Amino acid sequence: MDIPYTVAERPDTGLNNVKLGIWLFLASEVMLFGGLFSTYVILRVGGVDWPLGAEYLNIPIGAFNTAVLIGSSVTMVMCFASLKLGDFAKYKTYMGVTILLALTFLVVKFFEYYEKVTHDHLPSHSTFLAIYWTMTGLHGLHIVGGVIVNGYFWGPGSKLWHEKREMFENRIEAAGLYWHFVDLVWIFLFPVLYLL
Amino acid sequence: MSGSAEETKKHIDIYMKVAGALAVLTVVTVLASYIDVAVPLAIIIALIIATAKGSLVVSYFMHLVDEKSRTLAIALALTVFFWLVLMLVPIMTTSDTYGVHKPLPNANAAHAEDEAH
Repeated sequence: MDIPYTVAERPDTGLNNVKLGIWLFLASEVMLFGGLFSTYVILRVGGVDWPLGAEYLNIPIGAFNTAVLIGSSVTMVMCFASLKLGDFAKYKTYMGVTILLALTFLVVKFFEYYEKVTHDHLPSHSTFLAIYWTMTGLHGLHIVGGVIVNGYFWGPGSKLWHEKREMFENRIEAAGLYWHFVDLVWIFLFPVLYLL
Repeated sequence: MSGSAEETKKHIDIYMKVAGALAVLTVVTVLASYIDVAVPLAIIIALIIATAKGSLVVSYFMHLVDEKSRTLAIALALTVFFWLVLMLVPIMTTSDTYGVHKPLPNANAAHAEDEAH
């Protein structure tokens, strides 16, 4: 039995269920990260003393990681565009680059965390570091999730392209929406934690 | 995004322009942080630039400019509304304590004990 409206638009919503589902999931993610940003603002504005992000964090490294994630968003959107053009080989290349950029982000983040641990800059050290570890840690887990999903669609999951093209395109669009959201969160995290 | 190959190629041109704009805005974000202004103004400047970058990502990479679904528009409007509630209510309920140093009742206990010895 085929699940209805995985490709075709539902007449009542004007969207297929894949797209509606991923957008509703992203709405819940907005509330998840929104709660943490709200917490940050209360702690930041209410604190008598608050360190500048640069006192603990390396701005050039943060800016580099921002560029890496934005680059991965560009390659991700190019994955979808390549499928729309029917160019599967280009899709594989762009998806491979997206995964590599995500891994680059994680490796850089690992060295940042390692440096924090060796200097005893753990969450218990200060409120700033507690919120830094919480927010970047949760964001990092989202990156790991994205790498797993994108890795599946780059590898074994890509067989679907040869069987059901439209369904595969939909899945890549949904994976792309998630990935752009992860990029979006970092776009706000970088200035809030590193620069202010 | 849907449509012909021609339309997709036009979209790719837009993606490249958006990528360029995001790169420029990232540099602007870093440079703006070196301007010596008060913290509230610095936060506002950083958030304005971040919002501009976020809008580009949502509008073009996430194809929201092409979406015509009323259901999605309602869902996203509700998300924005509840996000604002989430951000504003806690801030408003604690705003009277901002910048006010209120030591805990036993904050001086350890100090007093040291002096006693």
